[in-house]
Amino acid sequence: MVDMEEIRKKFDIHNIAKNKLAEIEKYKCSIYCCHSTGCKSSGSDDLISLIQKVLEENNLTDDVRVVATGCMGLCAHGPLIRVEIKGKKDILFKRVDLEATRAIMEKYVIPGLKNDGDMVTDETLKPYVLSLDLPFFTKQEKVVLKNAGHIDPEDISEYIAHGGYLALEKALKTMTPGQVVEEIKKSGLRGRGGGGFSTGMKWELAAKVPTVDEKFIICNGDEGDPGAYMDRSILEGDPHAVIEGMMIAAYAIGATAGWFYVRAEYPLAVERLQKALQDCRRHLLLGKNIMGTDFSFNIDIRLGAGAFVCGEETALIHSIEGARGTPRPRPPYPTNKGLWGKPSCVNNVETLANVSKILLKGADWFASFGTATSKGTKVFALTGQVEHSGLIEVPMGTTINEIVNEIGGGVPEGKTLKAVQSGGPSGGLIPVQLMDMPVCYEELKKIGSIMGSGGLIVIDDSSDMVSLAKFYLDFTVDESCGKCAPCRIGGRQMLLLLDKINRGRGKKKDLELLKQIAKAMQKASLCGLGQTAPNPVLSTLRFYEEEYTNKLLDGKE
Amino acid sequence: MDRETCLGCQTGDKWRKKRGSLIMALHEIQGVKGYVGWQDAMDLAKTMNVPLARVYEVLTFYNFFKLVTPGKAVISVCTGTACFLKGNDKVLEKFKSELGIKEGESTPDGLFHLQVVRCVGCCGLAPVCVVNGKTYGRMTPEQVPVILNEWREAFKKEA
Amino acid sequence: MVKLKIDNIEVEVAPDTSILDAARTVQINIPTLCKHPDVDPSAGCGMCIVKVGGRIMRSCCTPVSEGMEVITNDEELKEIRKMVLKLILSNHPNDCLNCSRSNQCELQDITAELGIDQNEIVKLVSQEPKDDTTGAIVLDPSKCIVCGRCVNICQNVQNVWALSYLRRGFVTKITGANDTKLANSPCIKCGQCVAHCPTGAITDYDNTRRVSALLNNKKNITVVQIAPAVRVALGEEFGFDFGSNLTGKIYAALRRLGFAKVFDTNFAADLTIIEEASEFVERFTKNDNIPMFTSCCPAWVDYVEKYYPENLANLSSCKSPHQMLGAIAKTYWAEKAGVDASKVKVVSVMPCTAKKWEIGRDETMNSSGYKDVDEVITTRELAKMIKAAGIDFKHLKEEEADSPLGEYSGAGTIFGVTGGVMTAALRTAYFYITGEELGKLNFEAIEGLKAVKAAEIDIKGTKVRIAVVNGVGNVAPVMEAINKAKSEGSEPPYHFIEVMACPGGCIAGGGQPRVMGATFDKPWGINNEIRKLRSKGLYNEDVEAQNRLSHKNESIKKLYADYLGKAGGEKAHHLLHTKYRERDLYKK
Repeated sequence: MVDMEEIRKKFDIHNIAKNKLAEIEKYKCSIYCCHSTGCKSSGSDDLISLIQKVLEENNLTDDVRVVATGCMGLCAHGPLIRVEIKGKKDILFKRVDLEATRAIMEKYVIPGLKNDGDMVTDETLKPYVLSLDLPFFTKQEKVVLKNAGHIDPEDISEYIAHGGYLALEKALKTMTPGQVVEEIKKSGLRGRGGGGFSTGMKWELAAKVPTVDEKFIICNGDEGDPGAYMDRSILEGDPHAVIEGMMIAAYAIGATAGWFYVRAEYPLAVERLQKALQDCRRHLLLGKNIMGTDFSFNIDIRLGAGAFVCGEETALIHSIEGARGTPRPRPPYPTNKGLWGKPSCVNNVETLANVSKILLKGADWFASFGTATSKGTKVFALTGQVEHSGLIEVPMGTTINEIVNEIGGGVPEGKTLKAVQSGGPSGGLIPVQLMDMPVCYEELKKIGSIMGSGGLIVIDDSSDMVSLAKFYLDFTVDESCGKCAPCRIGGRQMLLLLDKINRGRGKKKDLELLKQIAKAMQKASLCGLGQTAPNPVLSTLRFYEEEYTNKLLDGKE
Repeated sequence: MDRETCLGCQTGDKWRKKRGSLIMALHEIQGVKGYVGWQDAMDLAKTMNVPLARVYEVLTFYNFFKLVTPGKAVISVCTGTACFLKGNDKVLEKFKSELGIKEGESTPDGLFHLQVVRCVGCCGLAPVCVVNGKTYGRMTPEQVPVILNEWREAFKKEA
Repeated sequence: MVKLKIDNIEVEVAPDTSILDAARTVQINIPTLCKHPDVDPSAGCGMCIVKVGGRIMRSCCTPVSEGMEVITNDEELKEIRKMVLKLILSNHPNDCLNCSRSNQCELQDITAELGIDQNEIVKLVSQEPKDDTTGAIVLDPSKCIVCGRCVNICQNVQNVWALSYLRRGFVTKITGANDTKLANSPCIKCGQCVAHCPTGAITDYDNTRRVSALLNNKKNITVVQIAPAVRVALGEEFGFDFGSNLTGKIYAALRRLGFAKVFDTNFAADLTIIEEASEFVERFTKNDNIPMFTSCCPAWVDYVEKYYPENLANLSSCKSPHQMLGAIAKTYWAEKAGVDASKVKVVSVMPCTAKKWEIGRDETMNSSGYKDVDEVITTRELAKMIKAAGIDFKHLKEEEADSPLGEYSGAGTIFGVTGGVMTAALRTAYFYITGEELGKLNFEAIEGLKAVKAAEIDIKGTKVRIAVVNGVGNVAPVMEAINKAKSEGSEPPYHFIEVMACPGGCIAGGGQPRVMGATFDKPWGINNEIRKLRSKGLYNEDVEAQNRLSHKNESIKKLYADYLGKAGGEKAHHLLHTKYRERDLYKK
């Protein structure tokens, strides 16, 4: 006879947290090694093996632990290693190779365990040290990325030890589904995938539809915006946070099953998610009667296969159903008629990762970050011509200037900042004269861009705006599903005109036609992809029209 | 065909009863063979009771799937925004001229397949190329022949 | 009911009505190229945009809601629509003058309506080759506007899955799986894709030139037959109302075209009934391969051969009526008329594209020693020939068919509509079993456009369970029930089943006219109203017929007495029956 009480106790999150914290407490030193896709591809696997080997050689395995973590953020300087010796300041080492790792071990860690000094004294090591006092670190506000870079994403007990699944427990044991929805509504959380629809309202709509036989919660992990990898980093660095968010959402809306839809191009994220789900099942955090309550739930993963348009929720649903990822008109909205015709709520990865924090710390705490209409923090992938490119998280309302020039350290020496592109191929430009604009859904929309999923591309004066617009349009034309004529043909025709202009063969009437087609595409395309595809063109035209007109033939012949 | 060795049937059997599984099954076949061939598609369609037309609608919609065998080494040149801004177009040109093929094609000797991909998520390392899962960051056109030789040597050793 | 305002006009419609349909009730035509009442809207063309509360929506798929205020035609909408149409036109050749669809083309019509008189957008037209491999229907990718109707019909309505999308984005193409040619695909040539295509992208395989060649060769004795459904549809091409029965005018036109003899497939329909009813009575009494399926629809036969090979034995072995007529014309009639059978050429005018394929189906289609039917043209093609010959069809005087292959009963004429074959067969089967005539000759339960119509017929104490399947896409549950009973060894759910591949039957076949009556709502081609009117045309002829029973057709009686012997006998079997074989869904 299985003693359920005994099993419950074994998997009680408070017990697990206590034990794990006690175990961590035993170590004198923790070495955190970034183990996300970026750093992994620069060889962090080998570095971890080397560290382990050195520890074994020196009989230090009981004193020092190595943690393979998710993304630490400063991807441009990877692989990154952070050493935390008890009683000392943390030291972050950048662009580490095998030689440097050995040096870190022999010239900092091993001596550091014995002496009291805070600093790296060895001259050979100094070039590798990256100050943690940089604005890149101090100006950020980590809510969603709190765990990433600090815990081993493949160890559920570490997540639990850092307060994981407490929010789920709170929801299941002390709140009604309605109260959960209310709390999220109150927090002002909005969809982080780009749309910016109120998450609480979406849940409320989904909760209202009665669960006849099935209702689904779907996590949209089809991050396809080129130059953005927020969701990938979250899934790689802290998969349980997203799972916990999904479970709370499921409880709130009455979902019977959950689906993760993740890009197939993200094998590491998928692997970590799979491991995390398996651990949840083992720890009875998924399955029947979770935490001894009436709540039963399970989650499965489905992969994308290389189609940007599947980020659109109805296309995503078609894709899970095993069909072409073409969008369909709404209404009916998925909350009424979604996956296999059942009510379904689709939330983005980052959105769900916020949920447990809101529940634990309260809606008011969350709403204390941000602007009047955009609450909380936002994760951005800051890339392009910027000194510290990487993954950052800032409160909504932070200005573009702070992000690029302070956190990002500005454009590299000798170049001048020209603009920042937000929202990827669906977004637009923020020109240098508007750098003081705060990051906020409404503000960005006003100037013809969008928040998007969080790609911020820094562009310097060496970039030509017509080529940039063409680059983005080329992407959306390639990714158009081909279902509706305005997008299928309009995009292609715009691309031809852009190319003509870019090659110096265009005339004024071509520019006019370009604008007309853009308008038809915006207004008559079926889904967001087509409606927003002209944005980069219109945005560059708005602020840099002279770059277009300079290329026109008129008057030159 | 012998059912035991029929990849399409085996995969179909595994996924048939699960929901939303066509794309997963196709991933699995491609994972084993590197592509999904006509016979695999036929076998899978039959086993999963999905019309073949649907299987190909899906196969040809999604960029990820290949219908014919690619080269032994698949070179993916990232054309995400960060890589674009940092000049990966020049790296791609170099690959094209070195291999004498266009993107989406394989070399006649079957060694290399060149493709462009949209953001592999290593924007911090831009520009980036991936060869059979191995990532090369901060690429320059000069590195191209070096990388190709590295793989040619590896294949020689294998042989 | 839901109340709303469209262009400030009050409208009251049922809930779930689309804005586009609601607008039509108040005489507002919102242009569309993809919406069709037979399929769910794909929302592909982007032409039907309207403004709802300032927001631009697609009217084809947005349902009305209480108090909604819709604007359908302001300057901005007009401008956007024009641009979208110009984009579509940029992807379509300017071939109208040489296009078989000219004057009956939805795209051409909308272009004229919206007043597109110039297009500054550069042409980008697909160079993909045509697919005419079936010899029945032709796919021209260059003219395809990817509205998706044909794929939707082929997959979701007909459940055939021959047509599918290939690739995505600008290079999306409609074709067989993996670009398989249609002849190598599961295509059953039903032609429903042709019937629903808004442009000239899918058309019938043109046989008019070959028919002209037959007629021009003076050594030939070229005879013609018309199928039941042709007579109630051809008139649409000449301005007659839907469902007008113009048999006499058609006979006259055919004579003017130069056919030596004008026969009627209705005669052969009666002949089919004699064979099929006898076969059924025999199989029913011996419980041999029951249920028995009708076999006069070649698309249905093709479907069974491809999708249900385990049920081949359930098909009646009877050939379809026009094949029977061809075989009889080249044997019995040639003998009787004293002409050289090798000189007799048979042309069939059919509402159907699959008949073009059927005449070469297998060697039993040559039972007369020659190809039983030489050429098949569709109703549309006949209209073209009549027009090209300068015949004023509208004012032609009615004529009679030639004897003896022209006499027919009311039962023969209703072969062209769903439920008709079953009705005709039951009338005769009843007589064969009981020796008496049925009191009431119609079976309301199996008439109309319901997907599957089932009934139990009491033949003097013997209960015969029948089913009529309207549209081949509705056959799956019936087949499932049959095969389940078979595997369990239990009583079959039905004894006799009629299947017509096209929804509505042959009256709405793939070869029928695709025109718009002046008084008729869009869309063009086919819809349930048209189906009902054409059906009515055939049922009316049956009701008004002097003889409504196949077994009382005097010419048929004489054919058996003088030539065939008895129904299902050796000679009849050789000339009038066929056999079936499994066909692969795909050929490499």
